[in-house]
Amino acid sequence: MMTQIEALLASKGIYFLTLLLLVLALYGIIVSKNYMKKLICMNVMQVAVIFFFLCFAQKDSGTIPVALHRIVHAADYINPLPHGLMLTAIVVSLGTTGVGLALLTRIKEKYGSIEEEDIIEGEKKFR
Amino acid sequence: MKNLPAYIVLLPLCSALLSLALSKIHRHLGRDVVFCALTGSLILSVLQLRQVIAEGPIHYVFGGYTIPYGIEFSIDTINAVIVVMVCLLGVLSCMFAFNFDTKGDAVQVGGAYTMHALLVLGMVGMTMTGDVFNLYVFLEITSLTAYCLIAMGGSRGVVSAFRYLLVGTVAATFYLLGVGILYSVTGTLNMADMAKCLAAGNNDSAMLMAMLLLIVSFGIKMAQFPFHGWQPSAYTHANTGARPLIAGAMGKIPAYAMFRYLYCIYGPGFKYFRFILLVIGILSVCGMIYGSVRAMAQRDIRKVLAYSSVAQISYISLGFAIGTPLALAGSFLHMVGHAFMKGGLFFAAGAISWKYGTFDLNDFGRIYKKMPWTAGLLTVGALSMIGIPPTVGFFSKWYLAFGAAESHQYVYIFVLVLSSLLNAIYFFKLIEKVFVQGEKNKRELHPNTSLEVPMSMMIPVVICILVILLLGVFNVKLVDILLISLKGVAL
Amino acid sequence: MILTALDYRPGIIVLVPLLASCLVYVLGERIRPNCREGITFLAAFTMAGLVYSMIPAALAGKKIGFTLLEIVKGISLRFSVDAAGMIFACVAATLWIVTSCYSIGYMRGHGEKNQTGYYAAFAMCLTATMGLCFAANLLTFFIFFEVLTVATYPLVVHYRDEEGTRSGRKYLAYTLISGQLFFAGIVILYACTGTMEFVPGGFVHRGDIPMPWMLAVFFLMIGAGIVKAGVMPLHSWLPAAMVAPTPVSALLHAVAVVKAGAFCTLRIVLYVFGPEAAKSCHGSEILAWMAVATILVSSLIAIRKDNLKARLAFSTVGQLSYIILGISILSPYAATGALYHIVAHAFMKITLFMCAGAIFVTTHKKNISDMIGIGKRMPVTMTCFTLASLAVAGFPFFVGFVSKANIIMGAVSMGKPFFVATLIVSALLALTYLMPVVLMAFKRDFYNSQFPTYGEASLPMLVPIVITTACSIILGIMPNFGLHLYDFAVMAGNAIFGIMG
Repeated sequence: MMTQIEALLASKGIYFLTLLLLVLALYGIIVSKNYMKKLICMNVMQVAVIFFFLCFAQKDSGTIPVALHRIVHAADYINPLPHGLMLTAIVVSLGTTGVGLALLTRIKEKYGSIEEEDIIEGEKKFR
Repeated sequence: MKNLPAYIVLLPLCSALLSLALSKIHRHLGRDVVFCALTGSLILSVLQLRQVIAEGPIHYVFGGYTIPYGIEFSIDTINAVIVVMVCLLGVLSCMFAFNFDTKGDAVQVGGAYTMHALLVLGMVGMTMTGDVFNLYVFLEITSLTAYCLIAMGGSRGVVSAFRYLLVGTVAATFYLLGVGILYSVTGTLNMADMAKCLAAGNNDSAMLMAMLLLIVSFGIKMAQFPFHGWQPSAYTHANTGARPLIAGAMGKIPAYAMFRYLYCIYGPGFKYFRFILLVIGILSVCGMIYGSVRAMAQRDIRKVLAYSSVAQISYISLGFAIGTPLALAGSFLHMVGHAFMKGGLFFAAGAISWKYGTFDLNDFGRIYKKMPWTAGLLTVGALSMIGIPPTVGFFSKWYLAFGAAESHQYVYIFVLVLSSLLNAIYFFKLIEKVFVQGEKNKRELHPNTSLEVPMSMMIPVVICILVILLLGVFNVKLVDILLISLKGVAL
Repeated sequence: MILTALDYRPGIIVLVPLLASCLVYVLGERIRPNCREGITFLAAFTMAGLVYSMIPAALAGKKIGFTLLEIVKGISLRFSVDAAGMIFACVAATLWIVTSCYSIGYMRGHGEKNQTGYYAAFAMCLTATMGLCFAANLLTFFIFFEVLTVATYPLVVHYRDEEGTRSGRKYLAYTLISGQLFFAGIVILYACTGTMEFVPGGFVHRGDIPMPWMLAVFFLMIGAGIVKAGVMPLHSWLPAAMVAPTPVSALLHAVAVVKAGAFCTLRIVLYVFGPEAAKSCHGSEILAWMAVATILVSSLIAIRKDNLKARLAFSTVGQLSYIILGISILSPYAATGALYHIVAHAFMKITLFMCAGAIFVTTHKKNISDMIGIGKRMPVTMTCFTLASLAVAGFPFFVGFVSKANIIMGAVSMGKPFFVATLIVSALLALTYLMPVVLMAFKRDFYNSQFPTYGEASLPMLVPIVITTACSIILGIMPNFGLHLYDFAVMAGNAIFGIMG
């Protein structure tokens, strides 16, 4: 029994951790009242997915995908594609965060606060 | 002509970059460039559609890599039609926006048009791409520009945009997660290749998991019930110039992407296919009723139209849930038709607000006397939403209902009937306001115009009326075009 | 060459009022009222001429018709001319001329607003009606049916006041709901049978749809027809729509809308389901009993109404159910009678409504109790009213007699004594609710200070009244006069029941 759990954790445990991270971040987006915190949680969520991609790109007895003379079989390298994809994803998440921060500054300027309750209060003033 | 798909994407991209720079030279130079580029894209997309009809699907590979590795644009008749729709709506709403860029400094004006061009680019790219990760990139381009355009709508717009940003990013993340799962079981990102690998392998539970994630993700993006929470306030508070494009086209593209995943990548061979269709069907049915009921309670025309979008997008997904070729054709007919109905209604609402500065339905009393064409568009659009012949709304409803009858899912027919009647309640309320309700003393913001509104607003209004009617009468032409590609994939 | 032109005529007939409608709407406010009415008249005469020109060919049993375009995948927008359609078309085309003339007198005499919209919507209604007459399949029929629903709405809310708005909503609620259910019925039927073309005698066979569902589909489809035809308990929009100007009521209640409902019922019972299927699913039986109930109840309600237009409205409800009853008896005689009653009722009821309108415009009286002695002031109008009332009651030598006699013969031949009794009782009831008006109007030895001298309605109103009255007498004596309408009715009846003429 224990060995089975250990084996599961050894092979799949990291996925549970990323899933936990994802769910925590989602929970944070939903419950936090401060928009800055929401933005941070959003970022954490993106990171969780990036971890997910990097995790399944790993394999035992594979090395980093940089061509070496000694290693000639493709099977001995790990798959470089997920890493490449995640570079793009990181750029996108940077962009999203940037826009989010810009919007937050605007909200702060117009409503004087980034707390949800204050904003809902303030929204009533504008039509 | 060989590089047609690339040019359609590149033109708006280049103009977007130029617009911001050129607006430093002259306030309106940027917008002219964007307008020309979008018109160019429109012409090219029409050419592309003709080519696809004549010669079959186009597979355009960027950079000369071989197919499973390189990024591919794969264009069949369905997405060629959608690209034409997006470009046409983009041109019209760009023209329409000319009247709303008087405020702000030159860079802000130029920036708005940059966003406009990028939004069109994102949607066009998302439609044409044949690569799942490329779709993610275009999805994010669409979303980011939409956040900006919504935020340009003023104080409420900023908050709506921020909320949309949070939800939209969740959607994008879920999409990425789904793609991750699919990639880990197939090892490819090309859609056609992935379809082959999925059909060969036996990964039903992983596929089911990925599909559920994708449904949530696209559901959020297309504002499918129950994921529509961000949509009404975003549509309501968006920049008036960009609202027709956002409301008219933006929700349709993720719907198309969902279709691609469902029918082109997964295909009816998938073990849980019926189950997925049932889930989508139930969501659609709920969405149709919920959206209409909420729309009835609104006084602000923007809110009415936004909630009605929640209901109308469900027509499209209902077609996916039915799945016969004619029902799918009905879905796409509704997609194109609804883009112009909803876009058109927002054009009309924008024209009224331009003239009288109001969005309140109760201020619309007998507006038809002052603005006959706008009132005509409101009427035609509203009738089309309800589904009165000979407007396009009736015919898409016909195909959906007929598809449902063909596959013996009679419940869907009655849901369509019910939804039409609910639509009738609030759209006839709108017609009643425009034609019957007593006149109010409204102050005209722009009193001295020779036409009811300037030419650049008149043209979109008239074109939308024409499209709604002509697409209705000649719908068979479009359906024939769609069926070319649908025959192979539908149930 | 001439033959092809003949084939395209139904399409042109639909197009003429459509063009007139657009022209009136676009130019209406910019040209003088006389020009605007000129357009209406031109269209009305052109249309009537075209319809009449098809009579010989249609009588000879020639196939006239053409396919315009494929309107949805697999189904085309097709027009064709048959006997039943010709009857309705002839009536509508003739009465459009009459009503247009009357409208001018009424609208100007009354100083109405929004006349442009009124004439445009009027022409639009005629477009839809003509489309209905010549539609060759269910989908074409449905398209024009819905257009008619929408085009009538502006006429109902013509006055743009509180009451008009309320009736407009009521009208829409009834017609749209039934229209959408009709849509569902069409879709299901098409999916089950794979065809939509009207065939005399029906194209639905017994086994096409399993039994209880057949009845459901039957009522889904029939619903739209009987709502428009005001069969109880779905009639309440009809009296409410009385708020509209009188020419509209005349159009609504005598020509276009309610007759479209009756015509729709006819098409569905006899040309879609056919006598066989309608009987085997018991749909026709239920329909017949509904019609009987409507005839009796509406007559009783009509007796109690003091408002003249309201009384006429309930009379309409009853009279239309004659048509429905005639259809659902499912015998050749009854079908002939039902079709001919479309003609008969149109002429009789339009006369009555136009009289009511003439009285209203001239003396501003709406209620019957205020009309004592009005015969002294408006002798011509009231004489016409009297004659039309007799026709409604079904006196011999009036047009109403011809149709009722046929329906009764049908009922006798099918062995339904109760229906015969109903028809006779209802004739007496019709006398009961219409004769008091006449008696009051011509009351002797009574001087009403409000009607001291002679003062008839204006000529544009009087002439149509006299014409329609004359028609209802002439058609009663010679049912085939002029337009061969009786022949058409017989032709249609024979075709449906497969009797070689």
